[in-house]
Amino acid sequence: MLATLRDWLAGYIGTFAATLLLGVAAIMGFLAFNTLFLIWLERKVSAHIQRRYGPMEVGFHGALQTVADMLKLLGKQLLTPVASDRFVYLLAPVLVFVPVLCIASLVPLAGAEGFADMPYGLLVIVALSGVTVIAIFAAGWSSNNKYAVLGGMRSVSQVIAYEIPVLLAALSVTLVAQTTDLRHIVEAQRAFVPFLLVQPVAALLYMIGITAETNRAPFDIPEAESELVGGFHTEYSGMRFALFFFAEYSNMLVLGALGATLFLGGWSGPWLPGPVWLLLKAYAVILVMMWMRWTFPRLRFDQLMSFAWKLLIPIALLNVLVTALVLWRIG
Amino acid sequence: MSLPTITPATEPLDTYTLNMGPQHPSTHGVLRLVLTLRGERIVKVDPVLGYGHRAHEKMAENRTYAQFLPNTSRQDYLSGMIYNFAWVEAVEKMAGITVPERALIARVILAEFNRISSHLLWIGAFLLDLGAATPFLYTFDDREAILGLLETVTGSRLTYCTGRFGGLSRDLDADFPRRAREVIAKLKARWPEIEALVEDNVIFRHRARGVGVFTRQQCLDYGVTGPCLRGSGIAYDVRKAEPYGAYPRFDFEVPTRTEGDALARYEVRVAEMVQSVRIIEQALDQLPDGPILNTDSAGIKKRLKLPAGTLYYAVESARGAYGIVIVSEGGTEPYRAKFRTPSYANLAVILDAMPGTMIADAVAILGSLDLVIPEIDR
Repeated sequence: MLATLRDWLAGYIGTFAATLLLGVAAIMGFLAFNTLFLIWLERKVSAHIQRRYGPMEVGFHGALQTVADMLKLLGKQLLTPVASDRFVYLLAPVLVFVPVLCIASLVPLAGAEGFADMPYGLLVIVALSGVTVIAIFAAGWSSNNKYAVLGGMRSVSQVIAYEIPVLLAALSVTLVAQTTDLRHIVEAQRAFVPFLLVQPVAALLYMIGITAETNRAPFDIPEAESELVGGFHTEYSGMRFALFFFAEYSNMLVLGALGATLFLGGWSGPWLPGPVWLLLKAYAVILVMMWMRWTFPRLRFDQLMSFAWKLLIPIALLNVLVTALVLWRIG
Repeated sequence: MSLPTITPATEPLDTYTLNMGPQHPSTHGVLRLVLTLRGERIVKVDPVLGYGHRAHEKMAENRTYAQFLPNTSRQDYLSGMIYNFAWVEAVEKMAGITVPERALIARVILAEFNRISSHLLWIGAFLLDLGAATPFLYTFDDREAILGLLETVTGSRLTYCTGRFGGLSRDLDADFPRRAREVIAKLKARWPEIEALVEDNVIFRHRARGVGVFTRQQCLDYGVTGPCLRGSGIAYDVRKAEPYGAYPRFDFEVPTRTEGDALARYEVRVAEMVQSVRIIEQALDQLPDGPILNTDSAGIKKRLKLPAGTLYYAVESARGAYGIVIVSEGGTEPYRAKFRTPSYANLAVILDAMPGTMIADAVAILGSLDLVIPEIDR
């Protein structure tokens, strides 16, 4: 059906533009749906961890609650602080979403499917995921609010620190798979075992790293409700605030899917079609992230930094070194 | 368009001021801290008080002793029962009203339940300040059981007004001891769970240990009382130091820690809840039959007059020593009433303890003090 639609559109705007348009629309649509679902899931998971029911009124077990919330946010007034840097302030919520969208199109959904296919997929993803932090800092800085600036500054130092272990964890997978093409990484796991068993340390580092990169507890210091009153998005209201939320939850899904691809065998699995397997595995990663969020207190800023620089990065480096040595011995 | 200058012009370039409050999720009410920061480090802290001022002391001068009763529990809404009984007992002491045995013991039971509920709420709120949302709901669940129990006796859940000069407004019903023991059993079953979730958590210990250390001398200088003082190694508890009510009859300890940090204050409060349960269990065993209110006394007369004079009466609230000064000229209303509230002195110690720490520590220190801002402002 999608192909028919594309051919019909191609008649008017050309094949390339039609594919691009449909691809972006499909990814946006799916990510929007996923965000609504994940927020609902988060509320339900947290509620059951805390011995509550969570949303129950709107729809079956509150399934439409997030839709109602989104409609409410649509109707909210968009406030722009007088003293803000207006252009940057308006650009930031859009900018925060672009890298997520790009990464989402790079994760292979199944053997032959996927929106974009490139041999250096993993490198592109790692590069793109660093862009988000610029948007967050832009949001914090342009708001002209001290809490927001603090949140933005915390975010920059945190993401830079935690990107390195994520990168090194991905690198050790690359060493084992001998490729940066995500599709080949999955194929390598299909032929062998999921890399979680081969690279458990890297999987753990990746898990910790993405939790920090998505600003979730116990690493949620850029938002830190009880300290910074929301941090970088303090001054955003209505749909602009919703866009940050949207980006955060989409980022969770994308990084979860990437984790599933790197360590859990991606789209491979019996009986069910590839995309379903990928989603199931990604949601499993996300559930662990939610579990952590609703169990742990928040780390202090300096503890967070020393945890990354003094513990995670040395371990990650050592892991890469050991992987390389073992491969060299047996290779 | 020119904007009003928010930052003072004289401020040095390497520091900046951050207004924490009066509306801030971690100041637990309307406290305002003006922080001078260098990066994330606090150079100076300036508490600004008075946003919740309701003139309780002035109100006391314009009301009869009985009319002031509802005000007492609104000074500290988390341990209102203790404040209510403190006022009642102060007036009783001054007027020489005797209280029946049953009422004395019942007051201890209700006050100790109130203390546990206050400490439970504190654990939840403190963990929320540190960024963990779940323990809050857990402790609220336990607190709910206590509030439900107290509601059956007093009719209210938060701002109790059950004390009367010469006893209590209502008697404990025959089923009360059973329900009280049920609540205690529930609490005891829950403690290991909270311990596993909170105390054994490595992040919690990192956030609380060595944070906001109050030395013995600082505590004495600022007049810190309650769990904050006992966390710094001084075993001062009004219930032991100047026993009042039925407390001398019960066997309990005053838990102390020597570290003086936020973790020590946490441990002291947890240990105190255990002691409170001990007191309640003994009191339930000793609860005699008999009247709950001394109906012969002057206490229930409409126009109670106190003899001229001055009285200081102190009790141990959940936050520390709560003192009442009543100056009477012999009329139906006090000439002057002064309340010594523990949170005020406990807050003052941050002037010494906060500089040099980080913003996240400031939140942890503030949380560990167990402040009730309306009690500071009164």
